[in-house]
Amino acid sequence: MLTHIAAFLSQLTQTLLVVLIAPLMLGWLNQCRAWLQNRSGPSVLQPYRVLLKLFDKDALLAHNASVLFRSAPYVQFGCMVLAASVVPIIETNLLFAPAADVIALVGVFALARVFSALAAMDVGTSFGSLGARREMLVASLSEPALLMVFFTPLLIVQSSSLNVIVDTLAHREFALYPSLAFAAVAFIMVLLAENARIPIDNPATHLELTMIHEALILEYSGRHLALIEWAHAIKFTTYCAIGIALFVPWGIAQAGAWWLMPGAVVVLIVKLGFIGVGLALLETVSAKLRIFRAPEFLGMAFLFAALGMLTRLLLGA
Amino acid sequence: MYLLDAAPAVPLDLILGVVLFWLLIGVAGVLRPRSLRFVSRLLFPLGAVGSVVLMLAALLAVRVPPVVAVLPLGLPDLPFHLRLDALSAFFVMLVGAVALGVSLFSVGYFRRGEGALPGLLCLQYHVFLSSMVMVMLADDAYLFMVAWETMALSSYFLVTTSHRIAEIRRAGFLYLLIAHIGAIAILLCFGVMHGGGGDYTFDALRASELPVFWASTAFLLALFGFGAKAGLLPLHVWLPEAHPAAPSPVSALMSGVMLKTAIYGFLRITFDLLPTPLWWWGVVTLVLGLMTALFGVMFAAVQSDMKRLLAYSSIENIGIIFAGAGLAIIFHAYSNPHLAALALVATLYHCLNHAFFKSLLFLGTGSVLHSTHERNLGKLGGLIRNMPWVAGLSLIGALAIAGLPPLNGFVSEWLLLQAFLFSPGLPNPYLNMLVPLGSAALVLAAALSGYVMVKFYGVIFLGRPREEKLNEARDAGIWERLGLAWFALGCIVFGLFPMAVILLLDHVSLPLVNFTLSAAVSGNSWLLFAPVAAERASYGPLLLLLGITGTLLVTFVAVRVFYHGRTRRGAAWDCGYPEQTSRMQDTAEGFGQPITQIFEPFFRVRRQMPDPFSSEPVYAKTNEDHLWYWLYLPIARANERIASWIGLLQHGRIHLYLLYSFVTLLALLLFMH
Repeated sequence: MLTHIAAFLSQLTQTLLVVLIAPLMLGWLNQCRAWLQNRSGPSVLQPYRVLLKLFDKDALLAHNASVLFRSAPYVQFGCMVLAASVVPIIETNLLFAPAADVIALVGVFALARVFSALAAMDVGTSFGSLGARREMLVASLSEPALLMVFFTPLLIVQSSSLNVIVDTLAHREFALYPSLAFAAVAFIMVLLAENARIPIDNPATHLELTMIHEALILEYSGRHLALIEWAHAIKFTTYCAIGIALFVPWGIAQAGAWWLMPGAVVVLIVKLGFIGVGLALLETVSAKLRIFRAPEFLGMAFLFAALGMLTRLLLGA
Repeated sequence: MYLLDAAPAVPLDLILGVVLFWLLIGVAGVLRPRSLRFVSRLLFPLGAVGSVVLMLAALLAVRVPPVVAVLPLGLPDLPFHLRLDALSAFFVMLVGAVALGVSLFSVGYFRRGEGALPGLLCLQYHVFLSSMVMVMLADDAYLFMVAWETMALSSYFLVTTSHRIAEIRRAGFLYLLIAHIGAIAILLCFGVMHGGGGDYTFDALRASELPVFWASTAFLLALFGFGAKAGLLPLHVWLPEAHPAAPSPVSALMSGVMLKTAIYGFLRITFDLLPTPLWWWGVVTLVLGLMTALFGVMFAAVQSDMKRLLAYSSIENIGIIFAGAGLAIIFHAYSNPHLAALALVATLYHCLNHAFFKSLLFLGTGSVLHSTHERNLGKLGGLIRNMPWVAGLSLIGALAIAGLPPLNGFVSEWLLLQAFLFSPGLPNPYLNMLVPLGSAALVLAAALSGYVMVKFYGVIFLGRPREEKLNEARDAGIWERLGLAWFALGCIVFGLFPMAVILLLDHVSLPLVNFTLSAAVSGNSWLLFAPVAAERASYGPLLLLLGITGTLLVTFVAVRVFYHGRTRRGAAWDCGYPEQTSRMQDTAEGFGQPITQIFEPFFRVRRQMPDPFSSEPVYAKTNEDHLWYWLYLPIARANERIASWIGLLQHGRIHLYLLYSFVTLLALLLFMH
C-alpha cells in the first residue's frame, strides 16, 4: 500500500513538474535564440503570460465548427499530459509507466496529432486542410524514424519500457554505446520535425503559405488555443525528457530513492538548460527547408537510426 | 462448459444447423423475390439471429478439443469430411460476428430498384455466408474446393449486382478470372500434397511425408493460390475493382471475411497440413507481405473514390497479416515456440481487427453513398453535421484502422512490432539484421495509414459540403446504425481488453505452434497486458484511456471553474480574401499530391497540364499501377497471340478437321507403339 502511495505521489510530482515547467522551457529556448541573434528577447516567463491572456479571452468559433473542433484541444492536452507522465524524469517509479512503453508512447503522440489534423479540417478553410495535410505528411515520415530511434536502446536493454531502459542504462552498468550516438543524432532531427521547429517548420512565421503547425491552429482562439499551445509546450518538454532518458539518463533517481530526488530535479534543470542552448544554436544556424525537402531530412534521420540499430546488431556496440 | 463435456459435438451441430438455416432463408427469398419488405424486414433479421448462434457456438468450440463428422453428401464413396478445431472455430466466429453486423445493416440498406431483385440478392448473400463457413469446416480437399468455388461464384454474383453497368461487369470478370487462377493453384497444391495416395482427406495429407522439394512446391502453390484470393502482390488487381463495384454490405463481407478465408487456408496448409516449415518460406511470405502493405497504403493515399481507397487499405492490411504469418513461420522453422506464438497471435488478432474496422468503414461509406449518391471524395464534405451517427461511428473505425491507442488496431500492430523486435537471437545472422529492418517497413505502412485515414475521414465528414445537394443528406436509419454500432463496439472492446482476446487466441495457437502466450503472462493483472514479460514490454489500454479521459475531464472542469467559458460564433478567418467558396477546400487529389510527389517511382503518373494561354484550362492526373502494365497486359497480349496461333487450326471445313483426327490417331498409334 505504502509503495503504491509513494508511486502515486512520485507520479503526481513528475507529471505536474513537466506540465508546469513546459512553458518555461519554450521561454528559455526563445531567450537563448534571442541572445544568439543579438537581440533582447521577451522574458522567459512570456509563454505563461500568453497562456493567461488566452485563457481570459472569449473563444471565437466558426459558425460551422462541430463538436470535434471543440473537443480536440482537450484531447490533445490529455494525450500530452499522459505522454509526459510515462517518461521518467526524476525518478523511475512511475505509476503510469507500465501503461505505455515507447511504442505506445508514439501511438499517444499520433492520437493527439490525428485529432489536431481532423480538427483543422473541420471548419473547411483552405489553410486548415493544407496544414493538416502537411502535418500528417511530416508525421508519417518522422514516426518510422522515431520508432527506429527507440529500437536501438530497446535492443540494448531488451525491453521497450522507458522505466527499465533508464534503470538499466543509468544504474545497472556504466557503458557508452556508440550505437546510441547514431540514435541520438536521429532523435534530435525527429525532435525538430515533430515539434514544428526550424528546419521543418518555423514557429515564428506569419505567412500562411509556409505554415505547418500554425496553419493547423489558425482557427483556434481563447481557451482552446491556450490548451493547444500548452499541450504543444508539454510535447516539446516531453521530447526533451525522452532524449534525456535515452541518451543521458545519469542523475535520474532509482525507484524509492526519494532522498535523491531534489538532486535529480537540479540535474534535470541543468540538462534542460543545456538542451535549450543547443537547440537554439541549431535553429539559429539552419534555415527552414522547403516542404518537399522534408522527406530527405527525415530520411536522413531514419538512416541514422537504422545505422544505430545495425551497429548494435552487427558489432554489439 | 459442463454441457460441452457431455456432448462435445454440440457446437458443430449448431454451426451446421445455422448453415442449413441460412440456405433455407436464401431459398425463401427466391419464393417472393420482388418483395423488399419480406426480404429485408423478415429474412435479413432472421439471418442475423443465425449469425448470433453461429458466433456463440464457434466461441464455445474454440475452447474444446477438435470434433470430426462425416456428412453423407457429395459423390458416392466421397463423403464430406468435417472437422471443427480451434483454428476453424476462430474463423467461423469471425464469419458470425461480421455477418451479424452486416445483416443488421442490410435490413435498412437495400432499396427498391437498385440492382438485382431483393430475393435473389438474399439467396446469393446467404449462400455466400454458408459457403464461407463450409470452407472453414472442410476436412478434405474435395469439400474444401467445392465450398471455395461456391464462395467465389456467389460472391461474383454479389459483385455484379448492378450488372447493367459495363464497368461493374468488367470488375466482376477480373475478379472471377483471378479467383480461378488462384483456385487452380490451390487444387494443384492439394494434388502435390497428397503424394499419390488417392486419399484427399486432410488426415491423409497430414500423414503423407513429403520430400523437401515437394513440400516447398506445395507451399509456394498455396501462397500463390491463397494470395490471389487475399490480394497479395502481384495478384491484388481485382481488389480495387471488385470492392467498389459491389454493394457496400457485400464489400464489407468480402473485405471483412472473405479475404480472411484465404488467410485461414494459408495458415491451415502451412502450419497444419505441411510438415515443419523451412525458414525461407517465412522470408518469402514476410517480404511479400511487407511489400503488399507499403504498396496498398501508398495507393490508398492517392485514391479519390472512397471505396477504392478502402479497398487499397484492405490490401495494406492483408500485407500486414501476411507479414505476421511470415514471421510466425520463421520462428516456427527455428523452433522458437514463444515468438512463433507471439507472431501468430498478432496475425490472428489483426485478422479479427481488420474484420471489424474495415466492415465498419465499408458500411459507413454505404450510408454516405445512400444519402448523397456520391462516391467521389471530391464531391463530399461536411457530413458530420447532417449525419452525426455515421460520422461518429466511422470516426472510431478510422482511428482504429490508423492504429491509434486505445483502439484495437493498435494492439495487433503493437504485438507484431514486439515480435519483430525480439527476433535477434535467431540462429541465422542475416535474418537477425533483416527482420528488425522489416519492422521499419511495417511502421512506415502504419504511419501512412494514419495519413490515409485523416484524408478519408476529413474529406468526407469534415469541412464544408463541396456540393449543394449534400445539405439535404440525412442520417442513417436505426438498422444501419445498429450494424455500425456493433462493429464500433468491437473496435473499442478488442482495443481495451486485449487479454481476453489473447486468452481466446491461445487456444488457436497452441495446436499450431505448441505454445500459449497466457502461460507467460499468467502473473498479469487484467489492467495490463504484457505478452512476453512485464519488464520487457507492457501496454495498459484501460489505464491509458483512464489517464487521457481523466486529464481531459479535469482540464475541462478546471477551465470552466477558473475561467468564464464564454464562446462567440463568427465567420472563419478568410485571410483577407472574403470570396471563398467550399470548392476552395483541399480536395482528395490535393491531399494525395505529396504522396505522389515523394513516392513517384511507384506510380505510373500521367499528367495533363493546361496550356498557359488556354481560356479553359484543364488539369488531369491519373495514378496507375505499374504492375498492370508490366505484368498483366504482357500476359494478356501473349495469351492473345497464342490463341491466334491456335486459331489458325480452325477453318470451319469438315475435311480439315477429319485430317486432324486422322493425324492425331496416327501420332497416338506411333506413340503407343
